[in-house]
Amino acid sequence: MILLTFIIILMAGGLMAWIAERWVPSLSRWISLTAFVINLVMALWIWVQSNGLVHSESVWISKFSVAWIPSFGINFSLALDGLSLLLLVLTFFLGILSVAISWNEIQYRIGFFHFNILWVLAGITGVFLTTDLFLFYFFWEVMLVPMYFLIGIWGHENRRYAAYKFFIFTQASGLLMLLAIVGLYFIHGNQTGVYTFDYFQLLDTKMSPGVERWLMLGFFAAFIVKLPVVPFHSWLPDAHSQAPTAGSLILAGLLLKTGAYGLIRFVLPLFPVASAELAPWAMLLGVVGIIYGAFLAFSQTDLKRLVAYTSVSHMGFVILGVFAFNELAMQGVVMQMITHGISTGALFILAGSIYERIHTREITNMGGFWKQVPFMGTIALIFVLASLGLPGLGNFVAEFLTLIGTWQVNKVYTLVATLGIVAATAYSLRIMQKVFLGKEISHHAILDLSMREKFILVPLVVVIIGLGLFPQVVIDAAKRTFAPAAEVSYTKQVVNGNNVQTIKKGEHE
Amino acid sequence: MNLLWLIPTLPFLGAFILVLFGSRFSRLVNSFIGAGSVGLAALITLFVGFDFLSASINAYQYVAWQWLDVAGLSAAFAFHLDALSLVFIFVITFVGFLIHVYSIEFMKDDEGFARFFAYLNLFVCSMLILVLADNLVLMYLGWEGVGLCSYLLIGFWYSEEKNGYAARKAFIVTRVGDTALAIGLFMLFQAFNTLNIQDIATQAPQLWTVGTNPPLIIALLLLGGAVGKSAQLPLQTWLPDAMAGPSPVSALIHAATMVTAGVYLIARTHVIFELAPVALIVVGTIGATTLLLAGFAALTQYDLKRVLAYSTISQIGYMFLALGVGAWSAAIFHFMIHAFFKALLFLAAGAVIMALHHEHDMFKMGGLKSKLPVIYWTFLIGAASLAALPFITAGFYSKDQILWLAWAGENGNIWFFLAALLGAFITSVYTFRMLFIVFFGEEKTHVNHAPGKLISTPLIVLAVLSLVGGFVELPHTLGHFTLFSDLLNPVLPSVSLKQDVESLEWIMQAIAAVVALSGVYIAYVFYLKSPELSDKIKESGKTLHQFWFSGWGFDRLYDALFVRPFVFLANINKNDVVDKMYEGVVTMAIGFNRLFVFTQNGILRWYLMGIVIGGIVILTIGLIIS
Repeated sequence: MILLTFIIILMAGGLMAWIAERWVPSLSRWISLTAFVINLVMALWIWVQSNGLVHSESVWISKFSVAWIPSFGINFSLALDGLSLLLLVLTFFLGILSVAISWNEIQYRIGFFHFNILWVLAGITGVFLTTDLFLFYFFWEVMLVPMYFLIGIWGHENRRYAAYKFFIFTQASGLLMLLAIVGLYFIHGNQTGVYTFDYFQLLDTKMSPGVERWLMLGFFAAFIVKLPVVPFHSWLPDAHSQAPTAGSLILAGLLLKTGAYGLIRFVLPLFPVASAELAPWAMLLGVVGIIYGAFLAFSQTDLKRLVAYTSVSHMGFVILGVFAFNELAMQGVVMQMITHGISTGALFILAGSIYERIHTREITNMGGFWKQVPFMGTIALIFVLASLGLPGLGNFVAEFLTLIGTWQVNKVYTLVATLGIVAATAYSLRIMQKVFLGKEISHHAILDLSMREKFILVPLVVVIIGLGLFPQVVIDAAKRTFAPAAEVSYTKQVVNGNNVQTIKKGEHE
Repeated sequence: MNLLWLIPTLPFLGAFILVLFGSRFSRLVNSFIGAGSVGLAALITLFVGFDFLSASINAYQYVAWQWLDVAGLSAAFAFHLDALSLVFIFVITFVGFLIHVYSIEFMKDDEGFARFFAYLNLFVCSMLILVLADNLVLMYLGWEGVGLCSYLLIGFWYSEEKNGYAARKAFIVTRVGDTALAIGLFMLFQAFNTLNIQDIATQAPQLWTVGTNPPLIIALLLLGGAVGKSAQLPLQTWLPDAMAGPSPVSALIHAATMVTAGVYLIARTHVIFELAPVALIVVGTIGATTLLLAGFAALTQYDLKRVLAYSTISQIGYMFLALGVGAWSAAIFHFMIHAFFKALLFLAAGAVIMALHHEHDMFKMGGLKSKLPVIYWTFLIGAASLAALPFITAGFYSKDQILWLAWAGENGNIWFFLAALLGAFITSVYTFRMLFIVFFGEEKTHVNHAPGKLISTPLIVLAVLSLVGGFVELPHTLGHFTLFSDLLNPVLPSVSLKQDVESLEWIMQAIAAVVALSGVYIAYVFYLKSPELSDKIKESGKTLHQFWFSGWGFDRLYDALFVRPFVFLANINKNDVVDKMYEGVVTMAIGFNRLFVFTQNGILRWYLMGIVIGGIVILTIGLIIS
C-alpha cells in the first residue's frame, strides 16, 4: 500500500499545486516541496526499517497489486526491492532540490510548472516500481509529456526545438518497446493460455532465439535512447541545455536512469540469451560512448551542453557494466546511476546559478570567478573532481567497480574505457579553468551562493563525499537484488543450454 | 601505536577546518591550524615509531572501517605500519612540517593564505594515506589525492593562464600513468581475488614462477603508474612546469611527497618485481636514462627552480636505478636523504627568489653570499649533499651506496654503474654552476628583503639533516654501520653482492669522490674563474643547448603526437556529426512535404489527371505481373 501512496502523493500534489496557483501562486511551491519531503521520509523509513537491507532474505521488500483491466490481464502491480528503493530515494531527494532550485527561477505559470515536476517524478517513481509491463509503458509515457512541457514552456531560447526533439526521440523508441511488450504478451498467452502483462509470469516465456532477439531489440531501443547510448544521444545535449535548471537536473539525475533501470530490470531477465548475444556489441557501444562523449564535452563552449556531453560519456560506463554480467560491474552501475545523478545534477545547478547571475552559458565569457565567488568555486571543484572520478568521491567507486568487473570479461574495452578517464580529466578540469580560474574577465560583480543555494548544494556535497567514503550502504541495499536476480537469469541461460559461457563470476575467460 | 590513525587524520582535519572556516579566522589561527596539524602528526609519528621499534614487531595493522565489500573485492580504510611506511611517514610529516613552518612566512602576504594551507594539509594527508594503505584501492585513493593536490597547488596562483596550464598538465600526465596502474590493479585482482598488499605479497611467489608473463605484465603496469608520479621517462614532462606553484609547494612535491610515490610503489610491491627480472631491468634502464637526460637538461637551465626540478628527476632516476638492481633499501635511503637536501634547496631557492622580487633567472642574480649569509650557507650544504661531496655530506653516503650496488650488486652491471657515475659528475657540475652563479660574482639585483626566523629555522634544521642524516648507514669501508638497512630488512630483502668484489669497494668510492670533486672544479672554471669559456661552449653547441634546454624536446613531441590531435578531433566535431544524420532525416521529411504540398493545389484538372495516370500505372503493373 505504501508503494501506491508514493505515486498518489505526487500526482495529487501535482493537481493541488496547479489549482493552488489561482489563489496563492507561491503556495504551489510549498505543496510540491511537502509532497517530496513526505515521500523521501517514507522511503528512508522503509530503508531504516529493513536495516539497510543487509540481512534481508527475500528480494522484494514490499509488493502491491490490484486488478486494473482484468480482461486484458493488466494489473496495477508495484513491487519494491533494494534497487528500486535506492532509486526512489534519489528521485525524491532530487525532487526536493528541483523545487528548491526553481524557487526564484520560475516566475511564470508556477502552478503548472510544479504540476509538471510532480507528474514527471510520479512517472519516474512508477517506472521504478511497477511490475506490470502495460503499467510500465503507461508510466514511461507519463514521465514524457510533462517533461516536454517543462522544456517547451520554461526553457531557454531554443526550447521548442529541443522539446520536440526530446519528444520525438523518446516517443519513437518508446513505441518500439510497446510493440515488443505486446508481442511478448501474445507469445506468452499463446504458449500458456494465460494472457497477462505480469512481469514475473512473463519471465518464464519460452521463445525461439530469433523472436527473442527482435523483442529484446524493442526494449533495448527504448532504453538506449533514454540512457542515452551513442549514436542515439543527440536529443540529450539540446534537451539538457535548453531545459530550465530543474528540468536539466531531473533529466540528468533521473530520466537517464530509467534507461539503465530498464536494461537491468527488463532486458537482461526477460531476454537472457539474446542479451548475452548482444553483450559484446552493447559493451562496444558503451566504450564508444565514453570516448565520443568525452571528445564532444571537451570542445563545447556552452556550459550546460558541456555537462550534457559528460553525461553521455558517463552513461557509457553504465551500458558497459550492465552487459559485463557480473556482480562487481553491476554494483558499479548502480553506484554510477546514483553518483552521476548527484554530481551531474549539481553541475547543472551550478550552471543554472551562474546563468542567473550573468545571463550566459558561454564559457568563453567566463573566467576568474573564484575571486568573487570562492564558495561556489569550492563546490564546483568538488563536483568537477567527482566527474573525473577522484577517489574519495562516489563516482570513483562506481567507475572502479564497473571497470574491475568489466576487466574480467573484455580487456580491450576496459582498457579504452580506462583511458576515457584521462579524457574525463581533461574536460572536467577545463570547466574549472574556463569558469573559475584564469584571468578575471567579467566586469560586473557576481554574488556568491545565497543561503537557499547553499542549502541545495551543501547536501549534495555531503552525499557525494559520503558515497565515496561509505559506499557499502548502497552496495548492501542493492546486493539482494543482484545476487538472486543474477542467479535466476544466469541459471536460465545455462538451462537453455545455449553457447553462452560468460555467466557466473569466476568462470569467464 | 594505536594512535596511528591520527597521523593522516590530523592533516585532514586541518584541511577540513581551513576549507570551511579559513576565511573567517585570522592568519595566526590559520597558520596554527595548518602547521600545527602536521606538527602534531610529526610528534605522533615519533611516539608511534618509538612504540613500533621497541615492540620489535614486523607490522602493525589498524582498520578504521570497511570501505567496500563486493563480490570478493574487499577494501578497508586500513593502515599498515611497517619499517618501510615508518620511514616514509617520518619523512613526510617532519619535512612536511618544516615546509609548513616556512610557508607561514613565505605566504604571509598572499590573499589565499588559508586556501594554501588547506591544500598543503590535504597534500600531506593524501601522501600519508598512500604510504600507510594496507590495500591497493586505498593506496590508489592516496595516489590520486596526491595528484589532485599537485594540481591545486601548482595552479595556486590561478589568475595566470600558464599556471593553470602547468597544473592541468601535471594532473593529466600523471593520470596517464595512473591508467596503467589501474589496469595493473584489475589484473592483480583477477589473479589473487584480493587487493590487499600483504596477501598479494605472500601469494604471488606461490602462484607464479620467476620470469613468467603475468608478473612481468603487472610489474610493467605498476611501473607505468610509478613513472607518471615520479616523473621518469617517458612521463617526466610535467615536473619542470610544476615550478609554477609557490616554492614551498615545489619543496613538498619534490622532497617529501608526490614524486617519491613511484619509488614507494615499486618498493612496496617488490615481490612482484622480483618475479619479473625483465621488469627490473626496465626499471633500472629507465632510471639510468632519466638520470642522464635530466642531468643534461639541468646543465642548460636559467631558471633557478627549473635546475632544481631537473635535478629532482635525475635524483629519482638514481632511486629507480637502485630499485632496478634490487637494492631496495639503498633506494629508500637515497629517498630520505634526498628529501632533506632537496627540500632545503627548494626552500632556500624560494627565499632567494622572494628576496629578489620574484626573480627566477639565475643570471640576474649574483653575489648573494654576503647579503644572505644564512641562505648561502644552508644552500651550500644542500648543494654539497646533492653533489655528493665525500665524507661530510649525507648525499655522499646514499648515492655512493647506489653507485656501488649498480655495479657490485647481483643484478648490477657496468653500464648502470657508468651511467650513474657520469650522472654524478653532471650533478656536481650543474649544482655548483647554480651555486656559483647565484651566490658569487657581482650583485645584479638588489636584495630588498631578508628572510625572517620562520624561514631560516627550517633551512638550518634541514641543513643539519643533510649533513648528519647519512650517518645512519655507513659503507663497509667507512665504519660499516647498517642501522637503516637493518630497520628495513624485515620488509625489503637485502641485496647480495657479486662474488669477490668486496675488496674493490674503496676503489669505487674513491672514483666517485674524485668525480664529484672534479665536477665542482669544472663548474668553478666555467662559471667563476672564466665565465667567457661557458659562453663559448654554449655558442658552439647552440642547437644541442637548445635541445637540452627544452628538456630533450619531449614537450614538442607529445604536443604533436597527442595534444594537438586530441584538440583537433574534438574541435572539428564540436557540432556532433551524429546529429547531422538526424538533421538529414528532418530535411528529408521537409523535402517530401514540399513535394507533396505541390500536388494539393486545388485545381480539378490536376486531380483528374492524377487519377487517370494513377489508374494507368496500376493497370499496367497489374498486367505485367499477371
